[in-house]
Amino acid sequence: MVEITDVVCSLCGCVCDDITVEVEDNKVTKVKRGACSVGKSKLMGHNRIKSPAIRVNGELKDCSYDEAIKKAAEILAASRRPLLYGWSSTVCEADKVGVELSEELGAVIDNTASVCHGPSVLAIQDVGLPSCTLGEVKNRADVIIYWGANPAEAHANHMKRYSYVSKGFWTEEGKKAKKLVVVDVRATKTSKMADVFLQLEQGKDYLVFSALRAILYGHEEVVPDEVGGVSKKDLLETAEMMKGAKFGATFFGMGVTHTGARQNNIVNAIQMTRAAHTHTKFTITPMRGHYNVAGINQVCTWETGFPFAVDLSRGYAWYNPGELSATDLLIRQECDAALIIASDPGAHFPGESIKHLAKIPVIQIDPFPNPTTEFADVVFPAAVSGVEAAGNVYRMDNIPIRLRKLIDSEYPEDEAILKRILDEVRAIKEKEDK
Amino acid sequence: MGTKVNLISGRTTVQGRNLDSKMSEEYFEEVARCDLNKADMEKLGVAADESVKVRTSYGEVVVKAKEVAGTPEGLVFIPMGPWANALVSGDTHGAGMPSYKGIDAEIEKTGDKVLHVKELMQTYM
Ligand code: SF4
Repeated sequence: MVEITDVVCSLCGCVCDDITVEVEDNKVTKVKRGACSVGKSKLMGHNRIKSPAIRVNGELKDCSYDEAIKKAAEILAASRRPLLYGWSSTVCEADKVGVELSEELGAVIDNTASVCHGPSVLAIQDVGLPSCTLGEVKNRADVIIYWGANPAEAHANHMKRYSYVSKGFWTEEGKKAKKLVVVDVRATKTSKMADVFLQLEQGKDYLVFSALRAILYGHEEVVPDEVGGVSKKDLLETAEMMKGAKFGATFFGMGVTHTGARQNNIVNAIQMTRAAHTHTKFTITPMRGHYNVAGINQVCTWETGFPFAVDLSRGYAWYNPGELSATDLLIRQECDAALIIASDPGAHFPGESIKHLAKIPVIQIDPFPNPTTEFADVVFPAAVSGVEAAGNVYRMDNIPIRLRKLIDSEYPEDEAILKRILDEVRAIKEKEDK
Repeated sequence: MGTKVNLISGRTTVQGRNLDSKMSEEYFEEVARCDLNKADMEKLGVAADESVKVRTSYGEVVVKAKEVAGTPEGLVFIPMGPWANALVSGDTHGAGMPSYKGIDAEIEKTGDKVLHVKELMQTYM
């Protein structure tokens, strides 16, 4: 048995990097310290896709990697409008090859940001983001706001490692000396911990951000007695708490991005943060979901200039999320083949768009069987990044962290599979050109 | 004609724990369900673990009902996953982002069975 310390969790955007595990006979046998129950489950492993496979007469039939590579490359090379989607639960090294493959194919490349924090990206491009690292939050913040986010369930270590419950350099007393504000439409495990819980009416976030902005700018007289289901009294109390902070930090989740005014909600949240700057230091950060969704946004941006929903069919990069997100492409039934990697649209896309995805040839690269496998036509099992493969990822605050390899895998890494598909596509194209 | 509700979806711990094992029983038990408040359960005449049919203009799905305190009246929460998404429109309103929350829905008691993930995916083919 070997004990491995400083293990990095490859599940959510917290990317916890102080985990201790035990490894025996090339298996993770115990997660001793550091991981939440979700991370633990990831590290201990799940049922796997056992072999590459190709669908024949409706059934997936096992085949060799060579056969699957050939089939995948044929599908992609023959496609007139391929979509390459996912990229958030793998490492930046694989994402880089993904962009290269998209360029070679003239494909649309999109990632899971388009169904989680895509609107946040749009808002940040519009008005910027007064943010900071999670380390700053841990060491300085004494007022924490979670808005439309439920970290107690979705990012279980977030409060403990970085925010309300953590102890840092200037926050050595921990939560005793901090205030927690939670804004949500329903009571959650997180709201139960809050000093102030603002329960707003679903979809009214924009109004409540506006009311707090007005109060922070000194115009409380324009705020009515109730805004979006929240009383003026509670709003005034929250604003006082924000003004009194030595350092405040707002974190927002999909409660704000998935509804109503979408990116305009986030623009308003950022403007509320600016309003707080007239009194004290305040920051704002999106609660990114997948462990490397921030990373594919980085890679996609440094390779194409844009973070998601990028069309490379024109010979230059074209960005227009409302037209080119995977969902949009599918709804218009525009793409005629798709490569899905490190994500699961079968589970997470609107039913309306899955209908088209189920009709076209789909190539899936993933360690685990999931709803997407049910209609995938070529399936590649891959090594699990962060357990069986190393690589770089970006935490939710855009800090790069290197995932460690803990055990050997019988499956190839995402990057290696993508490189082989790319080589095969190039070979097909060369033959066609001759 | 069912009762009109506002539908939202989102993450839960058990859903997260099964992100990489969505074909498991635990995932099914967690995700093919909807949270309702007590008054709404009574209005619909459903007890815990009885089936309800949720319908939107994009689709319908059968899930199990669960009473959860702190859920406001008229709001229904289904954990994110294939069952919730069977009800979601692909319209992104020019933003690339579908509406996963704040969906007009109708809900009623049903004797129909909850489809397993494989059966649910079959409906798309
Ligand atoms: S909080 Fe996220 S990164 Fe940390 S252990 Fe849990 S799942 Fe892993």
